Amino acid sequence: MTQLALARALNAGMRRAMEADPKVLLMGEDIGRLGGVFRVTDGLQKDFGEDRVIDTPLAESGIVGTAIGLALRGYRPVCEIQFDGFVFPAFDQIVSQLAKMRLRSLGKVALPVVVRIPCGGGIGAVEHHSESPESYFAHTPGLRVVACANPSDGYWMLQQAIACDDPVIFFEPKRQYWDKGEVDTAPGLSEVEPMSAARVVREGTDLTLVTYGPMVKNALAAAVAAEEDGRSIEVIDLRSLSPLDTEALTDSVRRTGRLVVAHEAPVFGALSAEIAARITEACFYHLEAPVLRVGGFSAPYPPSRLEDHFLPDLDRILDAVDRALAY
Amino acid sequence: MTVDASNGAASAHHESSDSAHEDVRAADRPTRVAEPPELVQLLTPEGDRVDHPDYPLDLAPDEVRSIYRDLVLVRRIDAEANSLQRQGELGIWASLLGQEAAQIGSGRALGAADMAFPTYREHGVAWCRGLPPRKLLELYRGVSHGGWDPAEHNFHLYTIVIGSQALHATGYAMGIQRDGVVGGPNAAAAIAYFGDGASSQGDVNEAFVFASVFNAPVVFFCQNNQWAISEPLERQSRIPLYRRANGFGFPGVRVDGNDVFACLAVTRRALQAARDGQGPSLIEAFTYRMGAHTTSDDPTRYRPDADLEVWKLKDPIERVKAYLARNDLADQEFFDAVEADADELGRQVRADCLDMPDPSPMAMFENVYVEPSALLEEEREQFRTYLASFEDEEAGR
Repeated sequence: MTQLALARALNAGMRRAMEADPKVLLMGEDIGRLGGVFRVTDGLQKDFGEDRVIDTPLAESGIVGTAIGLALRGYRPVCEIQFDGFVFPAFDQIVSQLAKMRLRSLGKVALPVVVRIPCGGGIGAVEHHSESPESYFAHTPGLRVVACANPSDGYWMLQQAIACDDPVIFFEPKRQYWDKGEVDTAPGLSEVEPMSAARVVREGTDLTLVTYGPMVKNALAAAVAAEEDGRSIEVIDLRSLSPLDTEALTDSVRRTGRLVVAHEAPVFGALSAEIAARITEACFYHLEAPVLRVGGFSAPYPPSRLEDHFLPDLDRILDAVDRALAY
Repeated sequence: MTVDASNGAASAHHESSDSAHEDVRAADRPTRVAEPPELVQLLTPEGDRVDHPDYPLDLAPDEVRSIYRDLVLVRRIDAEANSLQRQGELGIWASLLGQEAAQIGSGRALGAADMAFPTYREHGVAWCRGLPPRKLLELYRGVSHGGWDPAEHNFHLYTIVIGSQALHATGYAMGIQRDGVVGGPNAAAAIAYFGDGASSQGDVNEAFVFASVFNAPVVFFCQNNQWAISEPLERQSRIPLYRRANGFGFPGVRVDGNDVFACLAVTRRALQAARDGQGPSLIEAFTYRMGAHTTSDDPTRYRPDADLEVWKLKDPIERVKAYLARNDLADQEFFDAVEADADELGRQVRADCLDMPDPSPMAMFENVYVEPSALLEEEREQFRTYLASFEDEEAGR
């Protein structure tokens, strides 16, 4: 066991993947000498060279488009998109090319490309630096979408994403890059929990609280606070946003009878809407209350002086918990 | 490779005298695209062989006859596919009519290890790479989205979103670099096909930047057929397209796209330069889309017939035929044999198309992911049960 900040854990995960497979390449803006604007790739170019840690021109579609070409030649590129709001220039390459090539080739082509995206708000940034674009990608067949919420998952899930033969969109909660946590680096990659599985991060009996990425921390804090009021909240970290581990969710909701889903993205058309629909169908006779959602508002991400009001905090989550328990 | 730097900014403002479109679109044009100051040509429209100092080409008579045969055969595939669409057997077809020389010339320049990244119109290149024409029909009939293995013929899948494949070719070329084969006996290059319309796309321009700064072994082969559906070349560029390369820092050359010899020689040289480590280049094959954009298009709404008549005189096949006949390299028996081969190929293409079964509905759920997706499995089972319920109903009657 070792204590690592999320950024260091991701770095260690990439290092291990690069040592294991010479075909693994890193691509992105400022990821070489600078080590990335968040230092997630710090030191990797020095150790693996400019051919494997590629400082690309400043063009996101170019990064993903050339990554596809490299994958066609047998490489496993890991692309860093500098900020969530900068992924949109690459949207066409991700949605129309990366996601569809396998079907287009009737299974003859695999594109093992990872697109890493620092996501979410809370760092006091200017516009386009605090987005939560996961629903766009989860809505796209052919992509796998995952979000890590702690250093251990950062370390392991990123290695799993790199080893996966499907394209993976990998979300990293940027405001937690410097948060430390325990990472056990001893096991082999096949021995750890697969990234496709959701995880119960706190057991409870009265209500299920589902979230992912940067909101897991808030959800756990909400569960601790609720316990003081005698309420037992089960917290589930989704980890995989597409495909969804619906079995883990239905197992929990059938026990608790109540579900709240929280995320930073605006709730309209978001993952919480998908989860609410699925759980309503699968657990209709077990539900004691409608599925409630907490998330961003249906407005563009606000200027940073307002972001604490936009992001669901402990109190807004507890408010939803109270409303669900009031039924 | 010739880098044109002689014809500076002023030339973009020159009025062209040979401007067949003049009367159709009036004075809203700010400028005219300048006439090519230099067009690499090795075979004139009349079938006369001319030399170019930078592009020596020595072709054995057999090779010329083989080139002629390719040109005729791909035109026949194209004509048959057009008819199949008109008869309701294909959903749509994108004709290559008029672009045979650009495609056969560049396609024959490719080595076995080179990788081609086509648009959706490169039927002639597909032919050169040995891809069976029925695979193209599969796509246009709506049986699959392509479905061939790019690695089998080193011919990537057709790409429909305009310009996306230029980045794939560039990335692939970056992979060739990382394989360490550039400059060696196993050297390879990538070639990206695109059109004049695509030259406006961000992806094509980003591909130019990536290829340039990484010195990637990729050839950008632009078939400038002068029309992006209804939009003329003037709506894409104020300068000849090949000159854009100069601004990105690599060579550009304009070749007579209806001259199969010139397309072969120019592409061969660009590919070899790429394989040798000299980096990317842009070839603008100046040609003309003699047909509609696709079978869904109606060029009479935007293009004067007179243009077509002018370009018919520059037909890419007729000039090779004239060259062969004039130099006694082929007799009538040869031309008749090629026609007979084309007829047979047309029959085969038609038979392949009509024999093509629809895929099973369950095929929708296959080949989406490499590793299983629980969601898709669930939907597959639901749909299977749903379909089976109709079978039970039938059986119950």
